[in-house]
Amino acid sequence: MKWVYHLLATTGIALASASALADKPALTVYTYDSFVSDWGPGPIITKAFEATCGCQLKLVGLEDGAALLSRLKMEGKRSRADVILGLDTSLTGEAAATGLLAPHGVELSQLDLAINWSDKVFLPYDYGHFAFVYDSDRLTAPPTSLHALVNDAGGPKIIIQDPRTSTPGLGFLLWMRQVFGNDTSEAWKKLAPRILTVTKGWSEAYGLFLEEEALMVLSYTTSPAYHRHVDKTERYRAAAFSEGHYAQIEVAAKVAHSPNQSLADHFLAFMLTPEFQNIIPTTNWMYPATRSHSALPAAFNDLVSPKATLLFDASVVAHQRKIWIREWLDALSD
Amino acid sequence: MDPRVAGRALGLNPFSLLVRDAGWFGVVAFMLLIALVGGTLLVLLTASPTAVLSTQLADPYLYRVVGFTVWQASLSTLISVLLAIPTARAFARRDQFPGRGALLRLMGLPVVTPVIVAVLGIVAVYGESGLLNRYLEPIGLSWRGHFYGLTGILLAHVFFNLPLSIRMLLPAWERIPGENWRLAAQLGMTAGQRFRQVEWPALVGVLPGTVSVVFLLCFTSFSVVLILGGGPRATTIEVAIYQALRFDFEPGLAAWLALGQLGICLILVVALHRWLRAPPVSRGLKTGQPRALGFDSVSQRWFDGILLTAVCGFVALPLAAVIWLGLNGPLVRVLSNAALWSAAGRSALISTLATTLALALALGLTLSARRLSTRHRQRAAEGVLLAGSMTLAVPPMVIGSGLFLLLLPLGLTFDIATALVAIVNATLILPYLVRTIGPALMNSGARYQRLCLQLGMSGWQRFRLIDWPLLRKPLGFAVALAATLSFGDMGVAALFDTTGMLTLPVMLYHQLGAYRFNEAAVTALVLIVLCALVFIVVERLVGRWRS
Repeated sequence: MKWVYHLLATTGIALASASALADKPALTVYTYDSFVSDWGPGPIITKAFEATCGCQLKLVGLEDGAALLSRLKMEGKRSRADVILGLDTSLTGEAAATGLLAPHGVELSQLDLAINWSDKVFLPYDYGHFAFVYDSDRLTAPPTSLHALVNDAGGPKIIIQDPRTSTPGLGFLLWMRQVFGNDTSEAWKKLAPRILTVTKGWSEAYGLFLEEEALMVLSYTTSPAYHRHVDKTERYRAAAFSEGHYAQIEVAAKVAHSPNQSLADHFLAFMLTPEFQNIIPTTNWMYPATRSHSALPAAFNDLVSPKATLLFDASVVAHQRKIWIREWLDALSD
Repeated sequence: MDPRVAGRALGLNPFSLLVRDAGWFGVVAFMLLIALVGGTLLVLLTASPTAVLSTQLADPYLYRVVGFTVWQASLSTLISVLLAIPTARAFARRDQFPGRGALLRLMGLPVVTPVIVAVLGIVAVYGESGLLNRYLEPIGLSWRGHFYGLTGILLAHVFFNLPLSIRMLLPAWERIPGENWRLAAQLGMTAGQRFRQVEWPALVGVLPGTVSVVFLLCFTSFSVVLILGGGPRATTIEVAIYQALRFDFEPGLAAWLALGQLGICLILVVALHRWLRAPPVSRGLKTGQPRALGFDSVSQRWFDGILLTAVCGFVALPLAAVIWLGLNGPLVRVLSNAALWSAAGRSALISTLATTLALALALGLTLSARRLSTRHRQRAAEGVLLAGSMTLAVPPMVIGSGLFLLLLPLGLTFDIATALVAIVNATLILPYLVRTIGPALMNSGARYQRLCLQLGMSGWQRFRLIDWPLLRKPLGFAVALAATLSFGDMGVAALFDTTGMLTLPVMLYHQLGAYRFNEAAVTALVLIVLCALVFIVVERLVGRWRS
């Protein structure tokens, strides 16, 4: 029976210490997996924010941006989130429609994105451009435009992600739509024979690419920076496309019914300070949303810098997403 | 007298009759299962407006998806089981060669390897730029340009399910009474006749369970089909369910699709069971094929040898690729990370919880199925076993989301996330347990029911003295499989919160998501080695534990 008392005693201590921690206000932030992982910005940001706020920062890691949105919809007004961080511009239209989010009230002039930003609810914290990453050991002359990629029947095989299950997949679908407009369906049909496979998420696609299954994979212009910074290799490069590259802008927003409004405001403001912004490049492998604070790490030198930044308005994506996914499905399953 | 008639004569209501015929343990297990699956589906159905449902459910694309799902699952099952029968027979006949035990354990590994790891291993060997293509291309043999599509899907499904089928079919040979072999020898039966008259009747006892588990696994396969399928031509219903729950957030649509999937699987599995009716079990004193009967011929030995080499090679190569990649990764850095070991600990906790729960449910279901069948309620018995394996047709994501919505009003979702993940995992592994324990218990029941009645043996005493000796080997395998499956399964952790739920598979996904493919390779190696260890330890502990 002795162990029962031990157990009770330890639970008691654990509960007591939990309530001691609970004396400090806690801010709950829903975000995605790779943000909270040991290699992501999460651990460093938690430390830095807790040092300034006199509070406890609780990061909740969900699978990805889409999971974040569906979790918010599932919980509705019962959500324990004070802030959600990690939606991108292809999901913000639907997130805004839930009516669960409140204006951020942050001064936007400090932003330095590839485009102008005036949204009152969603506050960007980093951004990047989609790009095809290729293996320069095996591909010496990558296509120089999306048109060339689509039209060259003898071109390299590519791996993309499914727009029904992944945000980069959806990003590429929108990119195609921006460049080909009403002819997108035809373009998909032309491209189809060179799509080696369509994976559920980014990791599967990139894994297959690293195993040399295809010459190109849909990723980001910043992917080569990782290989440079960590693997010390120049082998993997991003192909610059003359039509411009579709952007992914990652944003955070405050939950309207959260009881911790002032802490949430504090966090959103903190997001644009150098402490947060400076660690984004080498942990999230994206560009910081405010570039004025510090120079980018060397690994980010001479990456592909898109001639034009392509982006649909969030409300257009919210309205057209299902129709365009349908068009994609029909074009690729003939 | 028919017990139902007797019951009515005594004035018992149908429920107490059910409890009497099935045992309260079984009734409770059955009710829990129905409540879990039914409850979660119901919550999802009521969670979203159904106005647009009819147009979505009438989509012709959906029917093409259903068609493809049935087609690839049937082909995968057919190939896996047809290859498994002669291979299991070869394992049964060659019961003494060195390394046999190791090879059998190897057969338990593919199904417990996390899908993405296994797929990367398969691609490294059989893919477009895989090892095999690289060596075969110079001599003019190559499938470059043909791997992604049905070929890749079938290859991966056979990789996962052939070894599983072998392990699930093998006990059939161990249950053939020695007398039958002797009789076959006296009658001078040919190899073909022996298969039909001696082996097939034993095989039919385990075949329906094995075929239905494999079929359900292939039917609901998701990531494999997406990665290797080559595009949206090759998708399964599970993808549509995922999409409905994740991107579109239409829980109602997801629940209808899940119900549709459950319905189709149920019809196909019931049809299969009707077709493969188990013949009466032959009773005998000894099991095992006596060597002295002179059945063994040189050609048979060659056939078995080649078959075992080919099958084991096919399974071992991708696993070897995974191990090789892991050994070449940053071993020290990953292994010295304390987070890795606490993640392993959390995986072990979830696996223990899930396996205990699933084992309790499985024992309840199988014991009550036996009780029903000895009371001549064969259909009810089959129904109970079927219910236990149908959880494979309900996507874990659906059960997880349903449970989440159910518990949301209570505000408990954060605090009991571990328990939730364990419950969802338990439904995932229940079918393996039911389908492995079921046939063994039925067999023991058919053989010793009368003896037990004569001796007045029942309950715990009967379980310990009569059932256990026949049960412990298959049970050892089933529990080991269930524990490792749950250990290596990504499950629905990501649905709740991966920060507080950092299991080994979650950690692996974190690494992959952060470009850390080298570290992930080491984590995968650790995961496989731990799975193998858990497998061996559990199988030994349970399988050799004499009562």
